[in-house]
Parts: sequence; C-alpha cells; structure tokens
Amino acid sequence: MKYVVAFGKFWWNFIVGDDWVAAVMIIAAIGITALVAAGGIASWWVMPLAVLLVLVVSLRRATASG
Amino acid sequence: MTSGVFLVLSAFLASAVEGIEALTIVLASGVARGWRSSLTGVAAALVVLAAIVAALGPALTVIPLNALRVVVGGLLLTFGLQWLRKAILRASGFKATKDEDAAYAKEVAEAKTAEHVERGGVDWYGFTLSFKGVLLEGLEVAFIVLTFGSAQGSIPLAALGAGAAILLVAGVGFAVRAPLARVSENTIKFAVGVLLTTFGIFWSTEGAGGSWPGSDAAIFGVLAFVLAVSFGLVAVLKRRRREMLVTAGARA
Repeated sequence: MKYVVAFGKFWWNFIVGDDWVAAVMIIAAIGITALVAAGGIASWWVMPLAVLLVLVVSLRRATASG
Repeated sequence: MTSGVFLVLSAFLASAVEGIEALTIVLASGVARGWRSSLTGVAAALVVLAAIVAALGPALTVIPLNALRVVVGGLLLTFGLQWLRKAILRASGFKATKDEDAAYAKEVAEAKTAEHVERGGVDWYGFTLSFKGVLLEGLEVAFIVLTFGSAQGSIPLAALGAGAAILLVAGVGFAVRAPLARVSENTIKFAVGVLLTTFGIFWSTEGAGGSWPGSDAAIFGVLAFVLAVSFGLVAVLKRRRREMLVTAGARA
C-alpha cells in the first residue's frame, strides 16, 4: 500500500505539481477548444490565450507572499 | 522536418536536465558509499526503465493519433508550465536558483552518515540511493521520449535526442567526476519549459479538433508567442521584485 501511495504521489507531483489550479485551467481550455472547433469556428487561439492566463494566475499566486 | 528538429532538441534538453540531477546523486553515492554499489544501482534502474519503455512504447502507438495528441498535449502543458513557471520565478529572483554543488555536498554528507548494511557484497544504501535517483529522473526522461515520440509519430527520433543527452552528461560527469555545476540548469529548464509548452499548445489544439493557420509552420508562431509571454512576465516580475525590495528597505 505504501508503494502504491508513493507511486501515485510521484505521478501527481510530476504532472500536476504544486499548482493544481493550473492543471484544471488547462483541462477546461482543452474542453473549450473542442467545443469551439465542433461549432465550426476557428479554435486555434483558445490554447495560447489559456496559457497566458494560466501563467499570469499561477505566478500571481506564487508571488503573492513575496 | 521542422517538427523533427524540435522533437530531437526538446528531448535532448529535457533529458540533459534530468541527467544532470541523476548524475549528482550517482556521484554522491559513489564517492560516499563506493562505486560498485552506486553503479550496480544505476544498472538495475536502467533495466527497470528499459522494461517500462518496452512495455509502454508499443501500447501508445495503437491509440488513435488525435486522442493521443489531446492527452499528450494536455500532459505536456501541465508539465511544461510547471518548468516554465519555476524558471520565470528563478529568473526574476522570486525563487533561488538550484545549486548542484550544494545538492551534491548535502547528498554526500547524508550518505556518509547512513548505516552500512551489506547484501551480496553490495552496500545497500549506496545501491538504493543510485537506483532511486536514476529510476525517478529516468522515468521523467522515458515519459518525455514516449509522449513526444508517439504524438509526433517517431519514438526513435525522441530517443535519439534523449540518448545523446544522457551520453553527453554521463561522459562529462565521468570525465570530471564532479557535479555539473557550471551548466546553467535554470537556462536549460527555461528552454525546456518553453518547448514543452509550445508542443503542448500545438498538439492539444489539434487533438481537440482545431487546426492551425499555416499547418505545421504555425509551431514557430506558437514558439514566438510563448517566448514573448515568458520574457514579458520575467520583466514584469523583476520590476515587481525591485519595488518590493525598495518598500521593504524603506520600512527597515
């Protein structure tokens, strides 16, 4: 059991890291891209915009305390 | 051709960073606990890693390309943005830069004080330290090679970049028998973060059903965008840090 938990923690830290909000925002952005594309509208701009937003939010959170 | 170069370069840089971190641990283990135990740990970890890559590599190739690209793109984005975020924080002074010399000294000190338990002529602590270091850093390399390679349709090309980086780091490490402290890890991490984020944006959009104006050539536009955003944020945070230091100085 200890090894399963350690294995899970490794992958969580590896992929999600210390800012889960960023991961949630990325998943949401992919969903929006799929919806926009399914509607027949150009969707290439969604992910770059999302990345800009994620970085700003994430860095603001990280530097809030100095 | 363009994406092939990007693929090799990304795998090379990402693997070099992980290789430098693994090398620090292996050297500390070898110096403090003996080279036989340390190198046995490295060999055992490489066998496990080869088994993982051999098992997962072919499995990834049977997944439909769009599904693979959306998953890989998403993973690369969450993973790449972590690197980029940390690199931006380090470049702007909000986070201390990593010191491989200090990390090495800490590992050696810990390894020297650990209890000596010998199994089959191998010091268990030295073996485990090397094994864990190479396996954990190696898993990250394997992840990058498999995801990059499969989404781009060429695992061998990604493996070529990663293999070259590991050979270079191991060769230089063996030659100097010291941690590669002179390599600016933050600069490489910044570059890798930018590349992973660029690939992540590109593939997740294609995987989700979107298409890029200019097709594959759009990757240069995405790269330019990510670079501009990253340098812009470093500049903003540097200014903010200076203002915070001035304010703190005025209060003192």
